[in-house]
Amino acid sequence: MPEPQPAPGTAPAPTSTPGDAPADLPVDAPFVEAAGLTRQWNGAGGVADVSLAIPRGGFVSILGPSGCGKSTLLRLLAGLETPQAGSIRIDGRDMTHAPAAARGLSMVFQSYALFPHLSVAENILFGMRVRRAPRAERAARLAEAVAMLGLEGLERRRPAELSGGQRQRVALARAVVSGHPLCLMDEPLSNLDAKLRHSVRRDIKALQRRLGLTVVYVTHDQTEAMSLSDIVVLMRAGRVEQIAPPAALYAAPVSIFAAEFVGEPPMAMVQGAALGMPGRVVGIRPEKLRLAAPGAGDLTGRVVDVEFLGAGSRVVIEHAAARGLVASVAGAAGLAPGTEIGLCLPEDDRVLFDALTGRAERGPQQDRGAQDRQTGPRDGRKAPSPQPPEPQQSNL
Amino acid sequence: MADAFTLQRRRRAIHGWLLLAPSLVMLTAFAFYPSAATLWASLFSRGTRRRPAEFIGLENYGRLFDDPTFWLVATNNLLYAGVTIPLSIALALVMALWADARIPARSFVRTAYFTPTVLPMIAAANLWLFFYTPGFGVLDRIGGLFGAASVNWLGQPETALWAVSAVTVWKEAGFFMIFYLAALQTIPPDLREAAAIEGAGRWTYTRRVVLPLLMPTTLFILVNAMINSVKLIDHLFILTRGGPSDASKLILYYVWENAFAFFDRPAAAAMTVLVLAGLGTLAALQFLVIDRRTHYR
Repeated sequence: MPEPQPAPGTAPAPTSTPGDAPADLPVDAPFVEAAGLTRQWNGAGGVADVSLAIPRGGFVSILGPSGCGKSTLLRLLAGLETPQAGSIRIDGRDMTHAPAAARGLSMVFQSYALFPHLSVAENILFGMRVRRAPRAERAARLAEAVAMLGLEGLERRRPAELSGGQRQRVALARAVVSGHPLCLMDEPLSNLDAKLRHSVRRDIKALQRRLGLTVVYVTHDQTEAMSLSDIVVLMRAGRVEQIAPPAALYAAPVSIFAAEFVGEPPMAMVQGAALGMPGRVVGIRPEKLRLAAPGAGDLTGRVVDVEFLGAGSRVVIEHAAARGLVASVAGAAGLAPGTEIGLCLPEDDRVLFDALTGRAERGPQQDRGAQDRQTGPRDGRKAPSPQPPEPQQSNL
Repeated sequence: MADAFTLQRRRRAIHGWLLLAPSLVMLTAFAFYPSAATLWASLFSRGTRRRPAEFIGLENYGRLFDDPTFWLVATNNLLYAGVTIPLSIALALVMALWADARIPARSFVRTAYFTPTVLPMIAAANLWLFFYTPGFGVLDRIGGLFGAASVNWLGQPETALWAVSAVTVWKEAGFFMIFYLAALQTIPPDLREAAAIEGAGRWTYTRRVVLPLLMPTTLFILVNAMINSVKLIDHLFILTRGGPSDASKLILYYVWENAFAFFDRPAAAAMTVLVLAGLGTLAALQFLVIDRRTHYR
């Protein structure tokens, strides 16, 4: 596989302001950098004052509930939307007001946005034909992309004659063939069924590694974001809630919102007063919650339901001062609904939040995530290789 | 076993015919029978009280082909179609692209473009009569401002047909625009964005994506425009009555004249049959040839 080729005219030459960026620095400098981006409609919706930095070759997910502005952010990066304030730099050059085509990026749309009247091959080569690439080059790149995405034999079909997964791969091939080092994806898997979503997710990750692409991936599915990315940008109501690698986001959420958005099932929240910590909310991940005899432990709850999942079970527990209490236990739990049960929240695994602000309080157990909080992606990606680091264990 | 099967089949057949019946009855009464009757009538002589009509075979057609007016009228109609069809379609497309873009007062623009369609053809013709009138008509007034001489648009053989064509284009373009507008709205905006990211400009996007996606609509409009180029003659009655010296006479007007002014029914029937045959051939060609190269979603 060739290295990602910069698009014609996008030679990686940073605009070197004297004394600012030595020639050997770009590897370390963020590839995509957004500062104070704001785009709202009549003062509502959209994004407000969003800043983030994306390293070269990184896989960054923008995660959030619907309507949080994640798609707007992506469209701002793509140049399909103009910011009211803030700036965008791509590969060291100011792209805030550059048209989409000049930014050297490709995009995979949620609807795939394939041209219905063109064949698979024509769809993939649309951009190259627009740029008047020579015929031989087109043929070579087409063959390469088709082989890479397993679309052999489908070149002459129309999008309407393809399955959802195949259309998805054509959209990916169109992005790959452009040769742009940056690829933006807007919920690319949301139109696929669960099983296909799983396999395409792996394909996307493999493709990104193989080509050393920098990917910005918008999703509302936290499982997708956690399993795919090096860095997750969690958004809420148009603002960045937290930027962290998946493991740090999981272990040390900065707020109740982050804690309850991430993880399947998400973190349970217990009123501090019930645990002798008034004014606080105590969060606990399901796998950290220990079951005990009734009366023993920190709380006594009532079993509502037991979901058997094969390797283990989820015990859903009800308690007046808590919400979302779930304990993950090994094997079949053997508990009947309605049973009283004791709960232990180990001191070290508790995540403490301020009950008023909903923000996390720094506890000793949060130190490992502390350096990631709100400081952007400085997660030790100093190596100049375009390979992203090994996927982090996310305990899902 | 076999009996039940036959019964089932028969029941299905009856169902099918019942469902077909309403349209079959209507089409037979108002399309198939009149066409067949016309064809039949075109093979008989013109009957009078003394000499009843008798079968004369293709003699009516021969008479028609010897009639120089028929050829003039046919040429007129070809010119009329050759001008009105492409012009009204092109104008409709341009107006639709314009009215679909983000422009101020978009709905006003759309309504304005559509207004001619709402107007009855007779009213439109009266309006244009006022435009064309020599001396105090709008066109002459405007021309007069620039010092141009007065032109009798409808009164001279050189301009009469074109003046009549202009009214048709004006009348039809707004109607066709509605179809284009509807088709444009079914094109997902994602495509424009995908094309923009691939570096396609506005013109490239229109040419490579929008126009091909509008092809089914264009085909539909083309068939309609073609039929209208034969059918739409109302304004002739107001504007020129086919004159001067048959310069603006179209086939259907001539058919009407033969049937109801000259009372030569067989000649009218023969001409109608020829028109039907011509239109049928064209429609078949369009659907067979262009359809194959048109993308349908």
